[in-house]
Amino acid sequence: MRRSRFILSAGLAVILAGMANTAMAQSEIKIGEINSYSLLPAFTEPYRKGWQLAVEEINAAGGINGKKLVVISKDDSGKPADAQTAANELVSSENVAMLAGTFLSNIGLAVSDFANQKKVFFLAAEPLTDAITWSKGNRYTFRLRPSNYMQAAMLVEAAAKLPAKRWATIAPNYEYGQSAVAVFKKLMSEKRPDIQWVDEQWPPQGKIDAGPVVQAVAAANPEAILNVTFGADLVKLVREGNTRGLFKNRAVVSFLTGEPEYLDPLKDETPEGWIVTGYPWYDIKTPEHAAFLKAYQTKYNDYPRLGSIVGYETIKAAAAILTKAGSTDPEKLIAAAEGLKVSSPFGEITFRKIDHQSTLGAFVGKTALKDGKGVMVDSVYRNGADYLPSDAEVEKMRPKD
Amino acid sequence: MAFFVVQFLTGLASAASLFLVASGLSIIFGVTRIVNFAHGAFYMLGAYVAYTLTERFAGAFGFWGGIVAAAIVVAVIGAVVEIVLLRRIYHAPELFQLLATFGLTLMVEDLVVLTWGPNDLLGRRAPGFKGAVDFFGQSVPSYDLFLIVFGPVVLGILWLLFQRTRWGVLVRAATQDRDMVAALGVNQKWLFTSVFAVGVFLAALGGALQIPRDAVNHAMDLRVIVDVFVVVVIGGLGSILGAFVAAVLVSELNAFGILIFPKISIILVFLVMAVVLIVRPWGLFGKREAPARRTPGLTVNPWRPLTGSERLAACALLLCAAALPLVGGNYAVSVGSEIAIFVIFAISLHVLMAVGGLASFGHAAYFGLGAYGVAFLAKMAGLPMIACLLLGPLLGCVGAAVFGFFAVQLSGVYFAMLTLAFAQIVWSVAFQWVEVTGGDNGILSVWPERWAASPSHFYWLTLAIAALAAVGLRILVFSPFGFALRAMRDSPLRSEAIGINGKRIQWTAFVISGTVAGVAGALFAYLKGSVFPDSLGIPLSVDALVMVLLGGVETVSGGIIGAIVYKALNIWLVSQTDLSKLVLGAFIVLIVVAFPKGVVGMLEMIRHRHRDGTPKATSLIASRIETAE
Repeated sequence: MRRSRFILSAGLAVILAGMANTAMAQSEIKIGEINSYSLLPAFTEPYRKGWQLAVEEINAAGGINGKKLVVISKDDSGKPADAQTAANELVSSENVAMLAGTFLSNIGLAVSDFANQKKVFFLAAEPLTDAITWSKGNRYTFRLRPSNYMQAAMLVEAAAKLPAKRWATIAPNYEYGQSAVAVFKKLMSEKRPDIQWVDEQWPPQGKIDAGPVVQAVAAANPEAILNVTFGADLVKLVREGNTRGLFKNRAVVSFLTGEPEYLDPLKDETPEGWIVTGYPWYDIKTPEHAAFLKAYQTKYNDYPRLGSIVGYETIKAAAAILTKAGSTDPEKLIAAAEGLKVSSPFGEITFRKIDHQSTLGAFVGKTALKDGKGVMVDSVYRNGADYLPSDAEVEKMRPKD
Repeated sequence: MAFFVVQFLTGLASAASLFLVASGLSIIFGVTRIVNFAHGAFYMLGAYVAYTLTERFAGAFGFWGGIVAAAIVVAVIGAVVEIVLLRRIYHAPELFQLLATFGLTLMVEDLVVLTWGPNDLLGRRAPGFKGAVDFFGQSVPSYDLFLIVFGPVVLGILWLLFQRTRWGVLVRAATQDRDMVAALGVNQKWLFTSVFAVGVFLAALGGALQIPRDAVNHAMDLRVIVDVFVVVVIGGLGSILGAFVAAVLVSELNAFGILIFPKISIILVFLVMAVVLIVRPWGLFGKREAPARRTPGLTVNPWRPLTGSERLAACALLLCAAALPLVGGNYAVSVGSEIAIFVIFAISLHVLMAVGGLASFGHAAYFGLGAYGVAFLAKMAGLPMIACLLLGPLLGCVGAAVFGFFAVQLSGVYFAMLTLAFAQIVWSVAFQWVEVTGGDNGILSVWPERWAASPSHFYWLTLAIAALAAVGLRILVFSPFGFALRAMRDSPLRSEAIGINGKRIQWTAFVISGTVAGVAGALFAYLKGSVFPDSLGIPLSVDALVMVLLGGVETVSGGIIGAIVYKALNIWLVSQTDLSKLVLGAFIVLIVVAFPKGVVGMLEMIRHRHRDGTPKATSLIASRIETAE
């Protein structure tokens, strides 16, 4: 008797829960988000804060066509295989409307290939590799951040004005470093055929033995240096370079170094006068950014990093796509996203129809020391749309659907 | 000319940092035979604690005092770890301690982020050593000069400690023959604890001394641990002088190598190790290891094939597993496929470790080769899936045949490290050869054909292959070949005396194991639809080791349970929490303490105790045979 009642009530509970679930599901839209939270906390913590702020704002403004936006976030431990497991869980078990996120290029590519195979919409947030929109692009994948090519083109514009003719490069020995150097060299040599490349150093990512590298570059006696290292490698390189006088009377052009994630740890050892891409949050006076900055600082009592912008804008853009599509059907999402204009803290951006790349730009400026801390000065926003190759070239690189 | 001198000095400074950490590892290994995976974690802790202390206490005294204090603090932590954790498992099977220290490493990585935050921390420069010294127009950082002097000073102090003190005599004696030292009445417990604390002190000091030139971050441990192991092995296990020479050799080759081949750093240490071990199987200064006195085969319950009812039970379990698609959704089924693949991978290594007594630290090489084999055949030759699955693993087979030939000439940790070196060489080829392998962006779109595309079909395919592999390898264990292999594991001398061609048997086992791993890799490529160099990397090799050890290395089929437990838990934790490393590490440490013979090993022991109730008698017989060895 007792047992049967128990079973009855348990059964009822299950049915009720199930009904509640479906009722919830109808009033919710889910986005599945994947990133390397445990491997790269320095980037992903601000990133997470950024997207959480965006979710809050979207739901406070009434959600997506009246439905509540929910982001389900998964860690990929920095491994492509784990990222695919997470993507599979999000799509199969959580029934998310779209996938978003990822940081590392190979993980972005793995998820993009998954999205293509399973016909799921994927908005890549951070991966910089050109392949994700060009040589290995597919119709289900869009990308937010300015690619390697775009950042290189922005830097080349400034670097070509330097008088230096002898150049050396230092880059981490993996795809990101290799393609950054390749694109920079190509674009630079087009603008300045008189340039000589006198040395290149390829320390393993995360394991630079900075002393010998600095010494080897110095021995080639370049007039200017291109740096692509970041994170702990950059700190070691800068420290050794400062001590050994590598940067004295030499121009340095450096990818990403102006981003607070990488500039702040350098503290009072920040080298001055490097030409960098980055995010000088303290210097951006546009109303869109001021609103974002105020909301972010009020909520977290901390300043934003570039990751915060990427996280915030990823979810804002995703919400705009979902709102315009008015459906979670991937084909409708693609149709909605192609050519979509979205506002961002950096100004309005467009998701290009031709290669699904957004026109989000970056700030180019110079590093400087202020009160014992590294900052970017003379920074100018470069609109991503102006630093992309011609449509004909893009079409040649991108496989046909 | 001045440039070459300066580059040489720079190399020496790098060598000094490497040596400090390596010497600690070498001492610990020499005496306790623990493959201390957590050495890198202690190095990292040293740097973090030193950062905190030197930030708080300014001035020269604060800085140098902070460095030393940090090393002492971490050494105390190390001693506590030894007393609380490692002491319980010295008598566990060989390498089991690796599992415990691996668990610790995972925990520390998350704990430092929780304690010190996610950002890279920039420590102070050393007072008195901030600038550079001019050397014929080249600048040499004065801190480098300090390190160049400090390295040999530490070497000298250690030499004095080992040659001139009673403690040193005991340590050297224990390095040579620790059973004899115990028999002579030395309190081994405290000897081990003190040795461990000294080793950790050196690691932490090495880490603390990095803060004027490095950024303190949560990935420091993995950056250093593998290189340090390699240095210790090149120098010869337990040899401090060897570690010093090896550190200098590796650092100088790197310093000058990058002038000619700027991409050499990524692989240099492993190349050096492979060459050294092939030429000198016990490292530069190592001596041939005395034959191990404790033979694992004698201390375990004798293996036997499954009885009829056990076979029925296994079939029933397999049927239950096959019913998963009827109850689980697509995600559960895909996870099931992944677990089945890792079961295949784990049992391939388990055969080598449990039956052959050969612990491979680079087993992912054959897994990854299988995966790349499939990717090449599918993408370049355009072969159908069946053909790819059949032919792809052959790449793993060929790799195992080539590398196995050299590896089986060695034994013990040297064997393990040579397999690691080969795996890293394969990894770096896949990583660097962008035109063919796509580099770290991998090879995409290797999806299964329509007949196997649905998750349930693919699951049944992998499950069937896993079952076949498990049955096949079990048959192998109880075949004459399996007995010969076990004979080689238990006593190479005796088995060669009765006419077993030991090296050839081991080589064959290596090739079989590598091929089965290749099968797992081939399936993995289709499961994920892409192949990346990760599937050749050290973390995957470590995963395989952990699965085997978790299951129990003294069992016939521990790998299966170990793979299921570890992989299922790992996938679930990564999905549920960002602190998956902390929880997984704690879980592993708990398992290590609770089941010092692995999960299956423990279950079998309990069953045996129930069955015959005379465990004492068997262990007595065992010990008598041991002494006769």
